[in-house]
Formats: sequence, C-alpha cells, structure tokens
Amino acid sequence: MSPLPQTSSPLRRPARLAVNAGLVIFLALYAAIAFLQPNYLEPGLFMNFLRRAAPLVILACGQLYVILTGGFDLSMGAVATLAVLAASILINGDPETTWAVIGTLYVMGIAVGLVNGLVVAFLKVPSIIATLGAMLSVNGLALAWSGGAARGDLPDNFRNLGRLVWRGVPLVGTLPLAAVVLAGFVALAWWGLNGTVYGKRALAVGDNPRAAELAGTPVAATRILAFVVSAVSAVTAGILIGGFSGVSVNAGEGLELQAIAACVIGGAQLLGGRGSIWSAVFGALSLFALFTLLNLIGLPQALRDSIQGVILIAAVGASLWRTRRRT
Amino acid sequence: MTTDIAKNKPAARGLPVAVLLAGLSIGFFVAVALATGEVAQLGGQGIVGLLQRMVALGLVALGQTFVILVGSIDLSVAALISAVAVLASHVMQGDPAMILPAILLCLGLCLAVGLVNGVLVAYGGINPLIATLGTGLIVQGVLAASFGALQGAVAREFQVLAYGGVLGVPYSILLLAVLSLAAAFVLDRTLFGARVYAVGGNPEGARLAGIRTERVTLSAHVVASLFAGASGLYLAARLQSGTPWIGRDGIYDLESIAVTVIGGTILAGGKGGVAGTLAGVLLFASLDAAFNMLGIDAFLKQVLRGAIVVAAVAIHAVRTKGHVA
Repeated sequence: MSPLPQTSSPLRRPARLAVNAGLVIFLALYAAIAFLQPNYLEPGLFMNFLRRAAPLVILACGQLYVILTGGFDLSMGAVATLAVLAASILINGDPETTWAVIGTLYVMGIAVGLVNGLVVAFLKVPSIIATLGAMLSVNGLALAWSGGAARGDLPDNFRNLGRLVWRGVPLVGTLPLAAVVLAGFVALAWWGLNGTVYGKRALAVGDNPRAAELAGTPVAATRILAFVVSAVSAVTAGILIGGFSGVSVNAGEGLELQAIAACVIGGAQLLGGRGSIWSAVFGALSLFALFTLLNLIGLPQALRDSIQGVILIAAVGASLWRTRRRT
Repeated sequence: MTTDIAKNKPAARGLPVAVLLAGLSIGFFVAVALATGEVAQLGGQGIVGLLQRMVALGLVALGQTFVILVGSIDLSVAALISAVAVLASHVMQGDPAMILPAILLCLGLCLAVGLVNGVLVAYGGINPLIATLGTGLIVQGVLAASFGALQGAVAREFQVLAYGGVLGVPYSILLLAVLSLAAAFVLDRTLFGARVYAVGGNPEGARLAGIRTERVTLSAHVVASLFAGASGLYLAARLQSGTPWIGRDGIYDLESIAVTVIGGTILAGGKGGVAGTLAGVLLFASLDAAFNMLGIDAFLKQVLRGAIVVAAVAIHAVRTKGHVA
C-alpha cells in the first residue's frame, strides 16, 4: 500500500553482506581442484593442502600489515632465505640448540624489520627502495655466510615444525603441525589488527598519513611495527619452508611478490587504507589453490607464471569494477 | 613578476643531484683505481669499459624515468628484455639479412606490451605495480614455456652493436648517448615532455588544464617498453643468444627503478629527469668496476650494493617533509 518499500530498497542495498573477494576465488578454485581430484575433499588432503600453503599465508599476513600502512616489503623472500640458511649453519647438526637458534632467527628478523622501518620512517626513503636495498643486502649476507651453497642439514626437531603430521586426531584425522602454526599465526595477526588499537592506526596511517599524524597517531611507530611484523612472518615462513623442503639457497626467492599478489587478490588496496587479515589469508589460499590446480591440470611449470599474471590483473580489475559500480 | 616566472624555469631541475652523484661516482672510481694500483683503468680502455657497463641498465633506466615521471612504474621491463633477446636471436638465426626484420619484430613486441601496460594503468585504473607485474609474469611465463622452440643466435654482423665502434668509441656507448640526449630533449624541450611533468606532478590539475592524462601515461609506458627493447637487443648482441632469464638475473626491473630514484626522480612523479638517472647508472657502474678492482667477493658486493642504494636515496629523501609510503 505505502510507497515505502520502493524507496527503502535502494537505500538498504549498500548494507549488503561484505563477502571477501578472496574467499569467493578460493572456493571456486578449490571446487575446481576437487572436481579434478575428488579426494581433495577429504580432511586429510585438505590438511596437507593447508600445510603446504602455510608459508605463503603467513607471509601474506605479514605483508598485509605493511600494505595497510601504505608500503611494500620486498625483503621478505630474502629474510626467509636467511632464516633457512642461518638455521642450518647455526644448528650445525646439534638438535639441542634448535630452540635457541629459532630465537636467534627471530632476533635477526626483527633487526631487519627495524632497519626497514627506521629507514622508511626517518630517512624518508620510499619503502619499495628501502626494502629493495634490504633484499639485496640480506640475500648477499645469507649467501656470503653460507658460502653460496646449501650447507649442513637441519635436525629432525627443527624440520618437524614444517613436516610433522599427527595422525588419529579426532574430527580431522590428520593434523599437520604447520597447520597449527598457521592457525596460531593468523589468530595473532587477526588479534593485532582487530583486538588492539593498532589496526585502526594502521588503516589511518595508510589512508592519509598527514591526517593521522594531526589526529595524534604515532605514524613512525605504526610504520616501523608493520615492518617488524612482516619480518617476523618471513622468519616464521622460512622455518616452515626449511622444515619441509630442506636447506636451499633460493628457498625464499620470489615469495615477496607472491605475498603482495596474495594480499591484492584478497582485496587489500596497495598504498594503504583498505584491507583485512582475511584479504591476506584468502588471497594466499587462492594463489596456492591456483598453483595446485595448474599442477593437477599438468600445465608446464613455466606457464604458471603467465596464469598468475592474468589472475592478478583480473582480480584487481574485478575489485575496481565492483567499487566503481558501488559508488 | 618576471622573476617569479624565472624561478620556476625547469633549467635547474635535477642538475645538482646529477652532478654531485656523477662526481662522487667518478671520484670513487679514480680513488679505488689509484689505491689498488690499477692505473690502466684510468686510461681510454678503462673509461670505455666503465661506460660500457652503463649501457644495458642505462637504456632500461631511461625508459623507467619516463614512467616514473608520470607517476607510474614499470616492473615488466626485465621480462621484456629477456623476451626481446630471445626473440632477436631466434628470428635472426645468424642470418644478417634478418637483422632488420628481427629488430622490427622485437620493437613491435615492445610496442604491444607497452600499450597493454599503458591501457591497464591509464584506462583500466589498475595500480601500475600490479598491472606491470602481471604483464611481466605473463611475458616471462610464455617465454619460459616456449624457449625450447626458440633457440638461435644473432647474426655476426649484429654483434657489431656490442663489440664494434668508431674511433675507439663503441657503438653501444654512442647508442646510449644518442638516446639519452633524445630523451632529455623530449622531456625538456617538447610539449610531450611538459605534459609528462604536468601529469606526474598533479594529475587532476593536468586534466583540468585540458591535458588528456591517460594518453600521456600510455605513451610513457610505450616509451619505457621500447627502451627495454633496446636494452634487450644490446644484450642479445653482446651475448650472441638470449636466454629467458637474462632480464630477471640482472634484476633490471628493480635496479632501473633504483637508479632512477637515486638520480632524484621521485616515485610520486613530476620531478626528476634524465641527467639524474644517468648519474645513478654511472654510480652503479663505477661501484661494480671498483668492487672488481678491489676483488670483493660477489656476495659481499651485493650486500654493499643494497646498502648503497638505500643510502643514496636517503641522502636527498631525508629532507622530505611529511611522510613517504
């Protein structure tokens, strides 16, 4: 009777459920995987998928912190390589030292993150250049230290972090330790952005640093902390990678760009101001599902790069199209 | 009134940074040569060698300067360099008659990639980092997948570009010099150059002033791709045959951005120029040469290089007021 419904429906539309773009892409890709290989629907294989995707997801979470504050961290891959090589050199076959060495790895990571953050915040070097410099230096350092070749072996208790799988766990059957590490890290990263004031600060700084500063946000501290989180995530990922693929000099090669791509696919906005931890998680899972799918199809390794490029552009294009339609 | 206008003249743009940087680089090179007793490096041969180190990176960086000046960036150059080098050697197959078709085909490829980049960035509104990273990945993937079918070697006559010269000056250095002058002329003396600075400095203002900003951005991307192509052709001539990894191994994408920024071109666009970029390239070349003379090990070289990139940018960035991303 009344004309009210007609006027209110267009008004109500903006409040539609915000579904993460990365989740949609991930579900679509995983459905395709399950279609080709139905046993991927079993909890065991899904857990295995999570285990292998864990490093990329963790890296993406760290990268997201930096992206939210408006920067980039190109040094992640090098830090992951450093973690793997340093672990093998420092542990030197003695399982007793594993935990102390892991502590040392985090100290090294935090140091790199601090340097990145300080250079960006106080020397005003754009983060893309600052972290490029860090990438070259850290990579060179790791190679110089190890003599340019993978040396030594990692003891079992270190490698277990990446490859141990508990069997006979109720509900899921098998539970890889890496998946637990992954869940723990994502929970921590989520808490950092949603449970503390830091998340709001990061978004404010990324959106408009000058305005954030005038509003009393500690811009420099927010920036620096983001780089530290990113470096810590790189060390964590490095430990997991060392766990399941062993020592290699190019353990972390190219991971930094994959992490950035993952965040963007999940809907985070480069140069800051928009994104959530789910952008990173589902973006990274999508990217990894894509790799898995291409593997199953039997596409040559080389063409994967191309498909990744297409997906990257398409994902950003699609998110732009969505926001344009909304406004 | 007239003095106000004179103050805004672009003549002084970027010159101090360039001169300072070039002076420091040459000073460092000379000091190391004297200290290690490799005085021969200071003779004609040594200088030519130093300049020759600049060619590959210098050509890419000239193109990168254009895109950074309009406020964009190009990460696809490394893949494009590899693609051009492979394509040139495959098309030529050592046959001098195929030199011209090969060059035209390569530049055509660059034109296409540059157009795609430009359309994605300027008309699609996609962040340039993502757009060019994407196109770079696409090119790299196709190249690596089809490399098995793309063997070949460039013609002997084509290698003159890398090894031949006139009056002791290699053609490659002349090529870099001519293209640098052309780029500087375009940026400083033509309408297109003025538009590049306008679009990079204030895109909205440029649009309101009647400039079709999208076209300028698109053209800058095409220019960058063509310069990357020139660099790829030079590398093909030097190495006799291209591989799909020469661009990636040389980190030409990130290094070309680094030298451009070191030379005082700011990433936000609108400020900088060719002279600074060349000085940045000279810095990298003299560091390389000096490290070789000092016999510094390859990995330590990389560590120092990283630190110097940051320090070189910090020197002029530290005065920036406000925040950088």
